[in-house]
Amino acid sequence: MKKFTKLGAASALSLIIGASAAFAENIKIAFIDPLSGPFASTGTNGSHQFEFAADYMVNQKGGVLGGTNFEVVSFDNKMSPKESLIQLQVAIDQGIRYVVQGNSSGVANAITEAVEKHNKRNPDSRVLFLNYAAVDPALTNDKCNFWHFRFDANADIKMDALTDVMAQDETMKKVYIIGQDYSFGKAVAASAVENLSAKRPDVEIVGNELHPIGKVKDFTPYSRKIVASGADAIITGNWGADMLGLGKSVIENGFDGPIYTYYAAGSGMTAAFGESAKGRVRLISQGGINPIATEEARATYKAFKEKYPDGNIDQSRIFNVIGMLKTAIEAAGTADDVVAVANELEGMEYDSMWGGKLFMRPQDHQLIQDMNVGVHTDENIEFDYDNSGYGVLTESTVEMAAMDSPTTCKMKRP
Amino acid sequence: MTDQITTDPSRPAERMRAGSLSLTVGPWIIAALALLVMPFIFTSNSALTIMNQMWITVIFALAYNMLLGQGGMLSFGHAVYMGLGGFFCMHLMNYIEDYGLAFPLPLLPLFGGLFGMGFAMLIGSFSTSGAGTRFAMISLGVGELIAACSVIIVAFFGGEEGISGDRTYGLPFFGVEFLKQIEVYYLISFWLMLSALLMYLFSRTPVGRMANAVRDNPERAQFLGYSARWVRFYSFCASGFFCGIAGGLFAISYEILTEENLNAASSGVILLVTFLGGVGFFFGPIIGAIAFTLLQTVLGLQTELWAIYVGALFLATVMFFPGGLAGLMMMHVPAYKLGKAGGLVVPYIKTLVPAAIGILGICALIEMIFHYRHGATGDTEMTLFWTTFDSHSILPWIIAAAVALFGIGIARATAPAMKEAWDEANTPGGAS
Amino acid sequence: MELILVNIIDGLVTGLLLFMLSAGLTLIFSMMGVLNFAHASFYMLGAYFAYQISVALGFWMGLLLAPLIVGVLGAGVERYGLRRVHQYGHVPELIFTFGLALLIEELVQFLWGKNQMPYDVPEVLNFTAFAIAGNSIPAYKIFMIFISISIFIGLLYVLTKTRVGMIIQAALSYPRTVESLGHNVPLIFMGVFGVGTALAGVAGVIAGPVLGTFPGMAFVLGSIVFVTIVIGGLGSLWGALVASLLIGWITTFAKSYNILMSDILNGIGISTPENMSENIFRDLWSITSPQIADILPYILMVLILIFRPAGLFGKRES
Repeated sequence: MKKFTKLGAASALSLIIGASAAFAENIKIAFIDPLSGPFASTGTNGSHQFEFAADYMVNQKGGVLGGTNFEVVSFDNKMSPKESLIQLQVAIDQGIRYVVQGNSSGVANAITEAVEKHNKRNPDSRVLFLNYAAVDPALTNDKCNFWHFRFDANADIKMDALTDVMAQDETMKKVYIIGQDYSFGKAVAASAVENLSAKRPDVEIVGNELHPIGKVKDFTPYSRKIVASGADAIITGNWGADMLGLGKSVIENGFDGPIYTYYAAGSGMTAAFGESAKGRVRLISQGGINPIATEEARATYKAFKEKYPDGNIDQSRIFNVIGMLKTAIEAAGTADDVVAVANELEGMEYDSMWGGKLFMRPQDHQLIQDMNVGVHTDENIEFDYDNSGYGVLTESTVEMAAMDSPTTCKMKRP
Repeated sequence: MTDQITTDPSRPAERMRAGSLSLTVGPWIIAALALLVMPFIFTSNSALTIMNQMWITVIFALAYNMLLGQGGMLSFGHAVYMGLGGFFCMHLMNYIEDYGLAFPLPLLPLFGGLFGMGFAMLIGSFSTSGAGTRFAMISLGVGELIAACSVIIVAFFGGEEGISGDRTYGLPFFGVEFLKQIEVYYLISFWLMLSALLMYLFSRTPVGRMANAVRDNPERAQFLGYSARWVRFYSFCASGFFCGIAGGLFAISYEILTEENLNAASSGVILLVTFLGGVGFFFGPIIGAIAFTLLQTVLGLQTELWAIYVGALFLATVMFFPGGLAGLMMMHVPAYKLGKAGGLVVPYIKTLVPAAIGILGICALIEMIFHYRHGATGDTEMTLFWTTFDSHSILPWIIAAAVALFGIGIARATAPAMKEAWDEANTPGGAS
Repeated sequence: MELILVNIIDGLVTGLLLFMLSAGLTLIFSMMGVLNFAHASFYMLGAYFAYQISVALGFWMGLLLAPLIVGVLGAGVERYGLRRVHQYGHVPELIFTFGLALLIEELVQFLWGKNQMPYDVPEVLNFTAFAIAGNSIPAYKIFMIFISISIFIGLLYVLTKTRVGMIIQAALSYPRTVESLGHNVPLIFMGVFGVGTALAGVAGVIAGPVLGTFPGMAFVLGSIVFVTIVIGGLGSLWGALVASLLIGWITTFAKSYNILMSDILNGIGISTPENMSENIFRDLWSITSPQIADILPYILMVLILIFRPAGLFGKRES
């Protein structure tokens, strides 16, 4: 009986894994992010943006290397490092050489280590890891490797730019820092303290605390503390439900200063904030949407909205990933030799349609780009989020942020 | 809730069978051969990775069933013992790497097991004094505490990103450095056979037998002179040991451990896995682990909606086959012994094949609704069962609905005949 | 000083919300002996139904109709699902509710998508009731307290002063005897399950606008509801109330005041080690009370189970 079950299971395995080996001519990109479970909304939106970008920027414009198409294959990692590694192995076996992932630095860390080991142990099926959103600074510092490229600014760079803007606010005297209790939240807090004390020694940090990630049902007690501390501004790296919960709660409980954030837009959050957060929530990001930088970007956004009326381009860097990968593959003349493609990506300069120049720093594979600080509002918004009428309006820009920031990365090249 | 948690209080006869599988060598040899041959049939690395995951889950589920099935103790935080064993092994692995110790990797899971057992002794010292809600709730509380600690105590657990290592720095074991998946596969298979055999033998020892007795009637067991508490404690520690071994194998296979290995979701999954397989039989958890890993990993590759199907499957299993998949199989043993199992084949085909087709039709409808609601504008093409069609035209909907109705209709019509054949096959007497 | 008062009010809101969930669950638990893992899912359904109704008919109709729908659904689950599984024993029942919770979460995502729903506090209640030293207390919170307390009084009255309540109480302890007296015990079970889930639905309706309406809201709530009823003592309404308030206040105060572990350790005479980065216990020293606020109830539960297995107000040992 047991043997039969095993045989049945095994034939199912071979059927399913073998089934997708038929289209070898496309250049396939594995998208490994949560598509089910509590974090599915960001993953699904990201996968739509990747599929759209590959189709719109590459396939509809004649493909790469004289007509080869990009194909984005989505894998559901259920936000679990274990599942991510299994899906990574399946992707590699399907002949996929490019892996993109972004949600959760914990998963990114698992993937970058697995990719490094895999490339060392299997030199004939090497893969590149294009990280589009995991911002833990360690990934391009102590834990950097040749196969990992980060297209988002890391938490330190973002905080550097954010505090540049904050420092101009003369009325700000007291700042409260709050974040989720894990590597990213801690990195944000440490970076905020360091930057603020260097740029504005007169500003007092009246609170610096961490709360459990994804477990807080009610942020009221935290809001009370923030209000009681007399803070003029809040800095937080929260995302998802933790961001929305914190933001709504502090506003509701009488806080009236600005809230400086990393991830307070899109995925239903902008709609849920609505009127209450107008002019209050500010966020740091690359690639401004309002005002839009180029006509090309406007056309792209409109085409996207036509295809996904309920979607947002809230991660415009995804288009940079596809664009830069396309350029690198063209320059290398091959998509199979990932070392050649990686060498082209290293040090690449690229003009983004979302404005500004991009530079892939060769020392640590960190993309250097313009950083914008925007505000949540409904005025002068051409492209809103969540069809709510509200969107993010760029207020100030830091050009080529942290171009010569130090890195501890010691890149080992093959 | 003063009564014991058992698989089926109304049918004690069936529960007894848990420990009464005759000790035959046959199944073990077949299993060992199957483990040996599998990598030659499925050579790809991903198949190996998935099989590794399966066998690790098998060990974990068997260890879990030592409590649930054999001891009647329901634990909501059992991932902790596997996770802690894994974390300990990972630290050991890094220690070997840092200090260049001569330590053969294949022995690593043993230390994971010992650590898991040590922690089980600590918790078991106060949690095993009762079996019902009290034990369950303490296990839930301890599970939540450790999972919360994993994010707070960074020195041991590494915080959100966990701790990682490299398995290849151990002493080469007869020239094997565990660079390749296939080498890891055989290592895991070896430990699988060894642990399964030991767990089976444990269930035949006096302690294992007494665990059954304590599960079914603690007072009587006490009258016989056995301390129900100590019997539970021994089962709990043994289970912790094998969980730790599974954790050590996890550390070797994935080379990373994170909070995920400890949290409540993992503890819940192992309960579902064990139950799906069937708690009443020793081999139940094996089937459950294989089925669940395939559902989660392979079905997850095919559809975003995998969790809906898994949820529905669990509801169906628990409502119609509380003995799990193993129970379903063993239902056929009496008919087989009567030599009448052959008479069931035709009625089964007549009912179950249309039913399966009907269910696939319903799944197709669900997928089409999902695509219709959430697909991109203009993107009306979808592929299902190797067919590509337009989800916005009426024809595929009619076909899917017709298939579903037709399949279920036939199944309903032929069900009484199947029931009749079933009754007939289970009635001793002359062949009619 | 003023902050203490504010925290008492906040803790009261959290505790009463928890009470509405645990009140139904404790009745269901003591009646059927089953840990209903899907209880929090009914809370989520309450919020989603109320949102959907509020779009068409406004918040108040949502408050009225959503719990009714949830209650009917709950009764249906008992009638066609749990009752069937009940004969197999407790573990299958538990797995059933486990699978149900999984399925409900997926169905909610299937129907409403994965994003947060813009379900908001009604305009009438969207103002500051009063402020204590700059801390505003929203009128909606006062409304939540009012609803929860009226539900508690109503439940207490029905259970202790009416004939139906007497029969329910009797059926909880001696189902066979009550049945032989001519009462329809399965109907009572179904009714209690329906009312219990409807209460969870009410909690969802009023919590949705403040705590967010999203597919993970049942998951975030997690197993804290079981912890509440175990601490309070199974089957005791008063126990559920006291335990809910206790948990509400403990977590609120732990989050509001930064109590440092190093201060406590120093206070009991252990001095901070010199070389922190080398010490394997370094993380223990840096723990703060907000970090562990949400696991305090679990510690409390384990301690209570060890030293007083019947819970604070329970009569029977679990």
